[in-house]
Parts: sequence; structure tokens; C-alpha cells
Amino acid sequence: MLTRRQAYEARIRRRATSLAAASTCGVLLALLILVPLAPGWPAVKKSFFNAEVFADTFPGLLNAFLLDVAIFAWSAPLIFALGLLVALARDVRAPAAYPLKLFAILYTDIFRGVPVILVIYLVGFGIPGLGLPRPWNSPYIWGTVALVLTYAAYVSEVLRTGIESIHRSQRAAAASLGLSDADTMRFIILPQAIRKVVPANMNLFIALQKDVALLSFIGPVEIFRQAGVYKSLMANFTPYVGAALIFLAITIPATRYADYLLSKQMKARS
Amino acid sequence: MARLATQSLTKSFGRTPVCNGIDLTVETGQMVCLIGASGSGKSTLLRCLNLLEPIDDGAIFLDGTDISVPGLDPQPIRQRIGMVFQSFNLFPHLTAVENVMLAPRRVHRKSRDALRPEVSALFERVGLAERMDHYPDQLSGGQQQRVAIIRALAMRPDIMLFDEITSALDPELVGEVLGTLRELRADGMTMILATHEMSFARELADHVCFLDAGVIHEEGPPEQVLNDPQKDRTRAFLKRFL
Repeated sequence: MLTRRQAYEARIRRRATSLAAASTCGVLLALLILVPLAPGWPAVKKSFFNAEVFADTFPGLLNAFLLDVAIFAWSAPLIFALGLLVALARDVRAPAAYPLKLFAILYTDIFRGVPVILVIYLVGFGIPGLGLPRPWNSPYIWGTVALVLTYAAYVSEVLRTGIESIHRSQRAAAASLGLSDADTMRFIILPQAIRKVVPANMNLFIALQKDVALLSFIGPVEIFRQAGVYKSLMANFTPYVGAALIFLAITIPATRYADYLLSKQMKARS
Repeated sequence: MARLATQSLTKSFGRTPVCNGIDLTVETGQMVCLIGASGSGKSTLLRCLNLLEPIDDGAIFLDGTDISVPGLDPQPIRQRIGMVFQSFNLFPHLTAVENVMLAPRRVHRKSRDALRPEVSALFERVGLAERMDHYPDQLSGGQQQRVAIIRALAMRPDIMLFDEITSALDPELVGEVLGTLRELRADGMTMILATHEMSFARELADHVCFLDAGVIHEEGPPEQVLNDPQKDRTRAFLKRFL
């Protein structure tokens, strides 16, 4: 038996749900009816949503996407490692290590301030331009370096916020036990800090997965480049839509998961 | 020779003086209680003794050696002085037993296996043998504080500092923590307690210091300071605890 309050709240909830469903259906219906009424729709449908072209190119796109995944897979650990080193360099207090700290600050300022595509161009064309022999002139190497340099700057900032968010009473407790500064960082501060910033870092790595496509500008035939090849061959834009769908299949679940982790953390904190 | 002594210890935060020349002497095996209102300098004094805060002037002697020399490496000294905090400060990402073992493992380079019997005995002693593998947030405040005490004890310190360790506890949990202190007292551990537990101080302290405005305003054996205070301020302070 429901209490008066429960019955009232159930009524309100039912009302809210049916209203939301009705208005969503209305908007969808309007889109489905109105968009095809636009004068250019038949042309757009043919060149962007062509089922035949889609079926022909999708397997090739999936195959090319494996390269994106591979570049992501070897870049991500490098980014995390460099980001961690830079974050730690900014935390050092020894006067002799001051140049390290200064360098870390300069580094994060520069690489957070330049568009990724510019870094990819400058590193990806500039360094092989020095006349390096094979295989050291590979766009895979220098493209990866460009991504790592850019993303490690962001990751280091995120980690630093994490490190600073650990209450100083934790450092005091560690110090009172006679632990060294290095041990305190390694066993007390970092494990807590890294866990705290997992959601923020996940968002960065989702962005990285998308930005891997930018490497196509310096050579590698990954999914974006492959889609461009198909577009030219078939004089049809559908491969781009296919590529977008493949990206979404990866990024939407990952984004949802990051949001879930974040809201779980918020709840734990309140 | 006193185990721990301070000589006109002075400490201020910015322009706010907190300790204004404190002379404190603690003999081996003694339990000294610091009482006084919030802001009277008890906590700061303890933090200075453990070198968590550098002192401005004066000196601190541990077994006759000046440990307040500027530039001295604080780590080996802190290993000899255990400290327990009001807010427990357990490491939340480690289980109770890992909290206790971390410092002996890293500082004394002992293995987990070598530490196991000793650490188990410590948990046994404070009645937490069943809770060794729990994380701090799975323990009550009183249990967390007892883990914090044995975490400090596992380093085998010469002296223990307790900074209002029952103030953050629910009243029904205070007893179990005081029970642990009582046992330590019986073992002959040298201890300094900042506390508001007057009846506990009366029962067990060898010496009570009433701090006011950063100085020891009145001191002596507990029956004298707590039952028959000579100074007006001590009387006014103690009245609030009746």
C-alpha cells in the first residue's frame, strides 16, 4: 500500500515521463517529415547517405580504423608516463632541480597553447626535414611524438591538480612516520591523486582518440585519410559518415563511462 | 636526563604568536598532559616537537641532543617520535594492515613476512585482529584511531605524541581509545597528550601543563593542577569542565 506521499510522487513521475516521451516523439517526427521536404534533400541523401557506397566502403574504413587504434594504443602509455614526469618535475623543491621545474612550466605553457594540428605539422614535417635516414623519418614516429608532446602537457596539468587536491594532513601523517618525501609521493600522494583524476584523464584520452585522425595530414592512411580516398574514388561523401559512425561507436561508450565514474566520485565525496 | 625537553620554544604563524617561550620537560616513562582552550598552542607545540613545524626560537632536546638545529634532516628524528592526530589521517587507499606496515617496510627495510607477527600482535592488542584487511572507510572512528596509534607504534618510537585524539570521536567511542592509551601507559611508554579528557588526565598523568596564550601558565602533578589550581585562569578554564 502506497503512502499518500508515494502515490503523489508516482503520479508526478508518470506525468513527467509521458510529457518527455511525447515531446521527444514530436521533435523526431518533425525532423523526419521536414528535412526530406528541403529542396536539396534528394542530392544530400544520395551523396551522404548512400547505402550502396556505405556497404562497399565500411569494411575498408573499419580496417583503416585499426591504425587509429594502434596509434592510440602506443601513444597513451607514453603520454601518461611523460605527463607524470612533468607533473612530478613541477613539484620538486630542490634548488638544483630548479631548471627542471622551469622547463616543465615552459613546456606545459607552450604545448597547451598551440593547436594540435600545428604541432603535428611542425614536428611531423620539420624533424624529418632535417634529412634523417629511414626509418627515422617515418611520419608514424614524429606524428606520435607530436601527439605525445601535446597531450602529455594536458595530462600533467590534470595530475598536478590531483596531487594538489590531496589534503596536507596526509603528508603530515607520512612525515610523522619518518617516510622520505619520495616515498610519501610514491606510496601516499600519487596513488590517491591518480585515482582522483581518472575521469578527467579519460576525457583527455577520448579527445586523443579523435585527434589521432589529424595524423592523416602528414601521411598515415588511417580512417580519415581512407575515407577521403573513397570519397574521391566514388565521388560520394558517405564514407565520411561511415567514419563518423565508427568514431562514435568508440567515443560514446567511453564518454558515458567517464561521466559515470565522475558522478560516482561526486557522490562518494558528498 | 630528560627524554624530551624544550627551552623557551617560540613559534608564530605570520604575525600571530602561538608559542611564546615554552619550557617543557618530559622524563622517560612519564605521561604529560597538555590542557588548555583551543588556540592556546597545544597542537602547535606537538607539531613543533615532531618537527612538522619549524620553530622560530628556543630549542628542543631529545635525549639531550638539540633536534631543532635549522637544516637538520628531520626524518631520522621523526622515526623516533610517534604522532597520532585528531583526525586519524589514515591512508584511505591502503588497508589497515598496510597502513601499519608501510613505514617499517620503507624506512626500516623490513619485509611484510618479517613484520607480520609483530603487526598482528599490535592489532590483537587493540582488539582489531579481525579488521586488519579492512579499509579505513570500513572502520568506525574509534577503530581508525586505534589503527593510527599502532601505525605509530610499529615504528617503535621512543616517545609518542597525541594531539586531541578523542576530540573527533562520538562519545561512546572515546572509551576504547583511552583504553589503548591506558595500556601504553602501563607499558611505560613516554607520552605527551594534548587532551580535553580531564578525568583521564587526573587518573593517569604524571604531570599536567595548563597552556594559555602560548605559555605554560600553570603546571604540576594532576591532583594539584586539576583539583587545586593556584591561578585564576586555570580555575576559570577548569570550571567549564565541571
